Amino acid sequence: MNGWKKAGRGAKVRLVASFDEQEAVVLRGLIGEVRQMLAGRTADNPADELAALTGIRTGPSTRPDDRVLARLLPDFTTEDADLAAGLRSLHEPALIEAKESAAELVLDTLPVAGGRVELAPEQGDVWLAALNDVRLALGTALDVSEDMPEQLPSDDPRASHLGVYHWLTYVQDGLVQARMKV
Amino acid sequence: MESMAAPLPSPTVEPVVVEDVSPDVPWQAIVWNDPVNLMSYVTYVLKKLFGYPEEKATALMMDVHLKGKAAVSAGDKDKIEADVAKLHAAGLWATMQKSS
Repeated sequence: MNGWKKAGRGAKVRLVASFDEQEAVVLRGLIGEVRQMLAGRTADNPADELAALTGIRTGPSTRPDDRVLARLLPDFTTEDADLAAGLRSLHEPALIEAKESAAELVLDTLPVAGGRVELAPEQGDVWLAALNDVRLALGTALDVSEDMPEQLPSDDPRASHLGVYHWLTYVQDGLVQARMKV
Repeated sequence: MESMAAPLPSPTVEPVVVEDVSPDVPWQAIVWNDPVNLMSYVTYVLKKLFGYPEEKATALMMDVHLKGKAAVSAGDKDKIEADVAKLHAAGLWATMQKSS
């Protein structure tokens, strides 16, 4: 992965990058894990009879216990617990769906064995959201903080994962810069 | 927020006032600082979701980064609820609150 470039112009403008096989395996694996976590949240809250009858899906009203999921699916407000519960129930299914479809677009456009990725600008936006979700998940799991050093001591069990996190940061920031130019 | 290789703008940013706050538009969407979201990405999301010019989006992002939070939009409850839902879809840490 050597950065994102703009190719073509006008309606045919594309954001282009190439990923080697190892990079594709890592990114696809992380995207798949986030998708699985979100699917687990949905499975824990099956549609009830009322939803089946009305076609109106409602989600759970309580925040996920898991802190990674809690970061991906934040509360709508901190000031009013009832309002937060109601808005979560109303909006969470669509939020999960948006995140799952972003994950799927990445899996559909990033070749399994690595290779060239070519994105229309609006696909670039979807990739940005999916990359952000993966960074949020990994960053939360690693307790990333603003003053985290570039490298952790080699005896820190998070050291190798932090390298992956920094690589994801590089991929996402490069895509933001390229996207802003098209 | 995590900064990237690009040098940080100097932190002397004017306080940002969301122009359309008034007593009859009582809700605000607040974006909170977090250690993961990139400064570049937050600026891009604010431009894209709200149509803000580069300068305003950057100033709001810097408020989030330096002050810990910023009110990024204001309006009636339904509008702000929809704004917060969009910010969540983009992965920003956002909440809504009544303007004080």
